[in-house]
Amino acid sequence: MLIHDQSRPGRRARAQAPRQAPAMTEIPEDLRRRAPPPLPAVSEMQVVRHYTRLSQQNFSIDTHFYPLGSCTMKYNPRACNSLAMLPGFLARHPLAPDSHGQGVLACLHELQEMLKAVTGMHAVSLAPAAGAQGEFAGVAMIRAYHLAQGDQGRTEILVPDAAHGTNPASAVMCGFTVREIPTGGDGDVDLAALEAMVGPQTAGIMLTNPSTVGVFERNIGPIAARVHEAGGLLYYDGANLNAILGKVRPGDMGFDVIHMNLHKTFSTPHGGGGPGAGPVGVCERLEPYLPVPLVAFDGETYEWQTERQRPDSIGWLTAFGGNMGILLRAYVYARMLGREGMVRVSEFATLNANYLLARLRAAGFEAAYPARRASHEFIITLKREARELGVSAMDFAKRLLDYGYHAPTTYFPLLVPECLLIEPTESETKEDLDGFVEAMIAIRREAEEDPEKVKGAPHDQPVRRLDEVRAARQLDLAWKPSTGSEKGDG
Amino acid sequence: MPFVPHTDEDIEAMLATIGVASIQDLFDEIPSDLRVGELDAIPAGMPEMDIARLMQARARVDGQPLCFIGAGAYDHHIPAAVWQLATRGEFYSAYTPYQAEASQGTLQLLYEFQSMMTALTGLDVSNASLYDGASALAEAVLMAVRSNRKTKSTKVLVPAALHPAYRRTVHGIVGTQGIELVEVPFDPEGGHTRVERLEAVAGGEEFAAVVVNQPNFFGILEPVDDLTDWAHAHQALVIAVVNPVALALLSPPGDWGALGADLACGEAQPLGMPLASGGPYAGFLCCQRQWVRQLPGRVVGRTLDLDGKPGFTLTLQAREQHIRRGKATSNICTNQGLLVTAATIHMAMLGGEGLARVASTCHANTRQLAGMLCEIPGVEPLFDRPVFHEQALRLPAPPAELLRSLAERNVLGGFDLGPDYPTLDPALLICATELRTEDEMRGYADELARIIATRTQPKRPVETKFSGRMR
Repeated sequence: MLIHDQSRPGRRARAQAPRQAPAMTEIPEDLRRRAPPPLPAVSEMQVVRHYTRLSQQNFSIDTHFYPLGSCTMKYNPRACNSLAMLPGFLARHPLAPDSHGQGVLACLHELQEMLKAVTGMHAVSLAPAAGAQGEFAGVAMIRAYHLAQGDQGRTEILVPDAAHGTNPASAVMCGFTVREIPTGGDGDVDLAALEAMVGPQTAGIMLTNPSTVGVFERNIGPIAARVHEAGGLLYYDGANLNAILGKVRPGDMGFDVIHMNLHKTFSTPHGGGGPGAGPVGVCERLEPYLPVPLVAFDGETYEWQTERQRPDSIGWLTAFGGNMGILLRAYVYARMLGREGMVRVSEFATLNANYLLARLRAAGFEAAYPARRASHEFIITLKREARELGVSAMDFAKRLLDYGYHAPTTYFPLLVPECLLIEPTESETKEDLDGFVEAMIAIRREAEEDPEKVKGAPHDQPVRRLDEVRAARQLDLAWKPSTGSEKGDG
Repeated sequence: MPFVPHTDEDIEAMLATIGVASIQDLFDEIPSDLRVGELDAIPAGMPEMDIARLMQARARVDGQPLCFIGAGAYDHHIPAAVWQLATRGEFYSAYTPYQAEASQGTLQLLYEFQSMMTALTGLDVSNASLYDGASALAEAVLMAVRSNRKTKSTKVLVPAALHPAYRRTVHGIVGTQGIELVEVPFDPEGGHTRVERLEAVAGGEEFAAVVVNQPNFFGILEPVDDLTDWAHAHQALVIAVVNPVALALLSPPGDWGALGADLACGEAQPLGMPLASGGPYAGFLCCQRQWVRQLPGRVVGRTLDLDGKPGFTLTLQAREQHIRRGKATSNICTNQGLLVTAATIHMAMLGGEGLARVASTCHANTRQLAGMLCEIPGVEPLFDRPVFHEQALRLPAPPAELLRSLAERNVLGGFDLGPDYPTLDPALLICATELRTEDEMRGYADELARIIATRTQPKRPVETKFSGRMR
C-alpha cells in the first residue's frame, strides 16, 4: 500500500509545521497555486510505521551478506554516520565564511592528504559528487590539458570492452569518440589490438586495475609506456581500489588522473543508490585543471580555494562543491583504519575472494579465468549449468535471495556468458563465506532435481519476479489523485 | 584489526584451502616493482573513542551561528523521525535496487518520491533524483537540447537572475558538449526577467530552451506565464528551476502559460536535508510525458509480478549507461537515494498543508526581517517586485565588511551580492526561514544598526583567530 492510499483529508502530523499560516497578501493571485499540492495527508505515526515497514522489505549490508561484484558492499561503520551528523557539522551553511568552518575544513584537508598518499597522486580534489562525476571531471581535465598544449587533434578515448558503462558515457559527455579495446583470453588487455589503436588521435585510455574481470592487469607497465609515448594520458577508474589499497598505488602504475569511489573503498553508505563521492587525483601536469573547490592550509588556517585562486580549473560540478557529509564519513573511516588498516583492507578482501573462489571451484563451479589469481572479486560462469540444466545465472541469483544472500552481479561484464561477478569484501567472516558456498551447492542440487523451483525463484520475497516489459511499455511512474494510478503508453 | 573479523585459525584454514603459504602470495601477479612500501604520510589508526573526541571538538569549533543566509540552501525544521528512519540500516546500507525482489522497500519509496515531485511540479513524470539542483539543471539543459526537434539550435537562454553557482556549474558540465548559454539581463528596478529582454537578447535567433526560475536568485517572483508563452511561441522548450517548498504556494510549472513548462528541476535540500556545508543534497528533474525517453537518471515504475501482484522495479533502463554505454542519455549511475529517502519521509510528514505553512511562514519572516533592517538609515529594498522568502537589500557600506563584523558576533547576515553582480554593489541577500524567531531577527537588526552607526568612528580592530572571508 502506498503512503498516498493511507491519506485522509484533514489529517496531518500537527507537531511538524508552524502553528499558523500567515496570510500571503503580497503574492499576486495569478502566481499562486489554485489548490494545495496533492501530497499525502497522514499522521506522524502512520509515516513512521509505513517507512519502517518499507525498510523491512530491503536487503542491506546490515541484514544480509551482499557479494555484489564491483560494488564493494563492506560494513559501513556506524561511527562514521553518527560523527558526520554532529550538530555543528549539520548546521553549517555552505556559504558560511571559512572562519566558521575550520573544523570541517580540517577534516576535508586531511582527507585530501590521505587520499594523495594512498594513491600516489600529486593533488586531489574532493568535489565530484559520485564516481561518474569523477570520471567526467577526469576526462574533462584530459581534454583541458590537451587543448592547453594546443593539441586539438586528440579526439579519441580508448576503453576496454569490459569497462563499466560509465566510462564510455563519461568520455562522450566530454565530447570524445570512444574506441573499445578487446580483452585477451587471459583477462589482460589485448596488447596487439591496443598497439593498432594508439596514435596521435589518442587523448587517453581509461582502465580499471584490477580490471572488471577481477584480475590484475599485468601489462600495466607496457600499456602506460605505450600510451605516454603516443602523447596520451592514462585514466584510472578507482572502482576496484579496494583490491590494492595500500599495496599498489595508481600513481606508481603510471596513471595521470584517477577517481575514487569513496562509497566503495572508504565505506560510505550506498543508501539505496547514493549519495556517492568521487574525488579525483592527478599528476603534477594536470593539477591546474582540478575541479574546484579545494581546501588549502597555510599551516594555521584552512580555506576554500575557488576559480579565483585556480583560474585554469575545469570549474564547479555542483552548486556548493561536493557531498561534504559523505566526505566526513570517509574521513572518519580512514582515520579509524590508519595506514595499517588500509593495507589490511586489500589483504583480507583478496583473501576472502580467493578463498570463496577456491571453495566454489572445489564444489564444481567453473571460474572464468581459472589460471589467474582473484583480486578482491572474481567471475564464475554458469554456462555449463545453463546448457545442461536449463538454469541461468539470473535463476541462481534470484534463488540466492531465498537463501538469504543478496545476488552477486549478474551478466556483467558482458563478455563472459552466464556470469556471476562475486565480491565478498574484507568484512565478512569465514562462516558467512562458507554459508554462501553451501547455498550455491544446494541451488545446483535443486536445479538438477527440481529446476522449476530455481527458475521460478524467488519464492520467499515480498514479490516474485516482476514483469519488466510491462513496466517499460505501460508506464506507471507516479500515483495520481484522479485515477489512483497513472496509466498509459509513454 | 578494525572491521576485519578473521581469527588466526580462520586465516590459516583459508590459506590452506587456497593452497598458498601467506596472504602476500595472493599478490604474486603484481609486478614487484609496483608494490608500495610504508605509507608514512597516513597516520596510525584510531579507536572509535579517539576519533569521536576529535570530531566532537571539530564540530564544536564550527559553532552554530545564527543563519540568515539562503542563496540556494535553507535552514528548515526537519522532523526527528526523518533521519531516524532514513538511517535505519535497511535503507542506509542497501545498494541501488537492481534486484527488485530484494529491494521493494527502496523501490516503493522512490515511486512515492516521484509521485510527490509530480504533485508539486504539476508535471507527469519525475526521475528518482540527480546529484543536486545545479547539476540537475545541467542535465535538464542537455535533455532539452536533445528533445527539441523543432530547432537545431544548441543555444539556451539563461536569466542573469539565476543562481550564479547554477550558471557556473551548468557551464562546466555542458560546455564540453558544444552548448552555449546566453544570458538575459534582469530588470534593474524590478529584479525580474522581462519578456522584452528575452526578445531583445534572442534577436530573432532560434534557441533550444529558455530557463525560467521561480523565485529567482533575488527571491523575486518572475512573470512565469509570460516567459513560458514567449518561449513556446519561439519553438523553445521551457526549463523551470523551482524551490520545492515555494511550490506549496506558487503556481506549479505544469500550469505555467498556455502549455506548461516542459521540464522542471531544482534543489530538494529544503525537503528534510541538513545544510551540512553544501551536501549531500539531491537534485530533482520532472518532465511532461512526451519527453520521458530523454530523461536522465533512475526511474522506478509500478508493474505486476508473476502472480499478478503489484510491485516496483527500475524501468526505462534502455536510456542508461549500464545498457547503452556511450549512447546513454547521461553518464549518471547513482541517484541520491539516502537523501530521497529523507525527502520522501519529510514530504509525507508535512503534507501539502504543512509545506504551505512552512512556505508562508518563511515569506512572512523574511518580510518582517526586511522591514526591521530597512529601519536602519541607508538600508532599503533593492527591487520593488514581490518576493518569496529572500530579499535583496541595498546597504550603506561594503557588505563584506559588515558581514565580517556580524560573523564575529556569531550572526551570518546574508549573501554579499557584489562579487557576482558588481552593478548591484553594495547589496545583500537575506533570508529568514520558519526557524528564525522574532527575537533573533530583532537581535540581528540591532546588531547591524550598531555596526553601521559605529563604523564611521575609528575603533580598535577586533581580534579574530580566522580570516572570515566569504567565498
